[in-house]
Amino acid sequence: MSENTKQNYLNHPKGIMSWLLTLDHKRIGLMYLFSGILFFFLGGLLALVMRFELAAPGNDIISNEVYNNAYTLHGAIMIFLFIIPAIPGALGNILLPLMVGAKDVAFPRLNLASFYIYSFGALFAMYTIINGGVDTGWTFYTPYSTQSTSNVVPMTLGIFIIGFSSILTGLNFIATVHKMRIPGLTWYKLPLFVWALYGTSLVQITATPVLAITMVLLMLERFLGIGIFDPALGGDPVLYQHFFWFYSHPAVYIMILPAFGIISEIIPVHSRKKIWGYKFIAYSTLSIAFIGFLVWGHHMFTSGQSVFSQIVFSFITYFVGIPTGVKIFSWILTMYKGQVSFTPPMFYALAFLFLFTIGGLTGIFLGAVALDIHLHDTYFVVAHFHYVMQGGTIVAFLGGLHHWWPKSFGVMYNQTIANIAALGVFIGFNGTFFPQFLLGLRGMPRRYATYDEQFVELHSYSTFWSGILGISIFIAVMNLFWSFIKKNKVDPGSNPWGGMTLEWTHTSSPPHPHNFEEEPVLQHGPYDYDQVIVEKTYKK
Amino acid sequence: MLDRLTEFFFPKQVSTFASDIDNLYFFIFYSSVALFVIVVFGMVYLSIKYRHRKGEELKLTSSKDHSTLLESMFFIIPLILVSITFVWGIRSYLKMVIVPDDAIEIKVTGQSWFWTFDYPDGGTTLNELVVPSNKPVKLVLSSKDVLHSFFIPVMRSKMDCLPNRYNVMWFDATKEGVYDIFCTEYCGTGHSQMGAKVIVMQPAQYEEWASELGSEDDDLPLDELGAKLYTKKACNTCHTLDGSALVGPSYLQTSQMWGQERVFDDGTSTVIDDNYIRSSILEPMTQIVAGYQGVMPTYQGLLSDRELDALIAFLKTLNEDSQI
Repeated sequence: MSENTKQNYLNHPKGIMSWLLTLDHKRIGLMYLFSGILFFFLGGLLALVMRFELAAPGNDIISNEVYNNAYTLHGAIMIFLFIIPAIPGALGNILLPLMVGAKDVAFPRLNLASFYIYSFGALFAMYTIINGGVDTGWTFYTPYSTQSTSNVVPMTLGIFIIGFSSILTGLNFIATVHKMRIPGLTWYKLPLFVWALYGTSLVQITATPVLAITMVLLMLERFLGIGIFDPALGGDPVLYQHFFWFYSHPAVYIMILPAFGIISEIIPVHSRKKIWGYKFIAYSTLSIAFIGFLVWGHHMFTSGQSVFSQIVFSFITYFVGIPTGVKIFSWILTMYKGQVSFTPPMFYALAFLFLFTIGGLTGIFLGAVALDIHLHDTYFVVAHFHYVMQGGTIVAFLGGLHHWWPKSFGVMYNQTIANIAALGVFIGFNGTFFPQFLLGLRGMPRRYATYDEQFVELHSYSTFWSGILGISIFIAVMNLFWSFIKKNKVDPGSNPWGGMTLEWTHTSSPPHPHNFEEEPVLQHGPYDYDQVIVEKTYKK
Repeated sequence: MLDRLTEFFFPKQVSTFASDIDNLYFFIFYSSVALFVIVVFGMVYLSIKYRHRKGEELKLTSSKDHSTLLESMFFIIPLILVSITFVWGIRSYLKMVIVPDDAIEIKVTGQSWFWTFDYPDGGTTLNELVVPSNKPVKLVLSSKDVLHSFFIPVMRSKMDCLPNRYNVMWFDATKEGVYDIFCTEYCGTGHSQMGAKVIVMQPAQYEEWASELGSEDDDLPLDELGAKLYTKKACNTCHTLDGSALVGPSYLQTSQMWGQERVFDDGTSTVIDDNYIRSSILEPMTQIVAGYQGVMPTYQGLLSDRELDALIAFLKTLNEDSQI
């Protein structure tokens, strides 16, 4: 082994400044990963505080005010500080240039700027917590948010700032996909994770400005009383909801599309099988990104919008459902006549299929207007979006981390513990959120700090299992980081799962500071398991 | 069988359209279960059948990645199911928005954190909506402050209350009884206590109730009237009788408060007397007890002079043993 292969982006160059001022997409990705996981744990802790309060009906542990702060911060942190920035920011940053054979993203300095803008925005969010929290819900519905005495401004300012990080990362990724691919790597030879990041980036640059405008209007309303949302001055609080959901529904796809991409990588590699319906998955990613802009009104089925709007929004909502359904079948059929290995990433991918299918199907219940009227703003909705966001996105994220961990950091975690933790996450998750569907059907409203006696049994189940879920996630993540501490190194040439994309075949683990020692030459498509045998090499 | 399943999943069916909505639910539920079973079965079957066995050599795998027949099936079957769902959802929804002409109209006002109901023949109730059975009831909803949402699970009906516009919902209750009402749009500290009851009565009984509304309390002694008003006017959503603090201070032992000093959040204080109680009901935001948020709405116009006297009399009766 030459001296050169021992040099990797983690150990070269050295020194704290070389990290803080790095332009290396892998290091920036790593910084996103650490901050993302930090916020994930913070948000998770808040969730557990809520669940334990809800174990019994009255105010047992915390007061209404504290509960309202906890649920607001849980939502805002998980969405704006973890899921939206961390998955494209961490896995996207580390992998995108490697997957297209580039030395870095198109604009490395802009990439570092994105990270600092994100950190700066996160500081405002943290200030909000230290300064006594915010109690409006992550949706900041007016007029409550214009009247609340809590820290609405620092929080919305933080979200406003983080939005720019999102936009810049999106721009960077789009330019990278268009311009940085190696010769021969045509669109249809791109790994599907790249397609997913591309779709995500399109939504980020088109939708996020609307969020930024909405947040500015909200702040102006509070500072200057411009009246755009204030009925006394001729404004309309429902207009806020239109603005907010015009961003926040597409934001659901910012959150879920990268997860689709991860699953599209994990399943073919661990099944050693060409992916089923490549073009369909690629194009449905883009079409979902587009249709996602046209369904915001289904968040407002009880707001009193016109009957005609209700019908149109319900109709378009189902157009998102169909391609998503076909995608699930494609992932399953990928395993047909493959060689499936039950590795930790594959367990997460299978868990994703199970949980996301439930998340998707329960969306069909909510799309039917008449039924949604009953279910709107109840625990049914809470369960539905947790099945999509946590059962979908976060489970896929954990799967992706386990899949690319040896690649990114050159260390292998304990696979037995990883499998057990994955099982714990799966069972704990279902135990926590499945009872919540039933709670919602029976009429339990969301965002309640206390509740009626009739709901106590299901709530206490949910709380019990949320403890198991929390512990399992903690073990899963700690098991990953433990491999750092234990220095359980893999051979730089290792390709433990037999991956076919460039990051597996053409660079060392962890990768060289400049990604590839020479420009890679494309030898086969990303999933050509019918043409080439890639050995699984895993040497310590 | 289906009845028992309905009881398991849903609260009682009390409105005329409840069973239709529950049936729509069951249609989607069974379709989803079928699709879900196919997904999980396919996943488990394929992953186990094609698992990489120990010692088995890595080989080139099938290049099959497309099947027009299968894919059209995966497209067409969900499309059919979803189309039925969509049409059913809209048809049932139209029934929920087209209000019958002969409906009686009740005005519902949401305010942090209680509900006021104004009846067509005069009279107002707080947190108790009284309606006749087997007669369409139209609710005209609005809010006095932030957004609220008026949700009656047994009617399968819900509508947001806005500060600047009226929204309408209606139902025709088929069974007499007392059922829950919840606020489902987050409205601040007292959101989870902003519950109410809907009382469905026989039409004859309702007529009688409506004609007596407002007059029945005239000859009650003041303290008993006050005890009634304590729940009727929703004091109990924020003030307990047992000493536990909700949004506002508890009423435990208020009889011993008279003559004591009350400290406010701006550092000033006053001695508690009848006038203090009166002004803190009518102008609650002027003097806020230290340690509490000033969030109480004014009761100006919602209480008559006699009712104010009654509440003060009620507070004077509360000694240490008072617990409900």
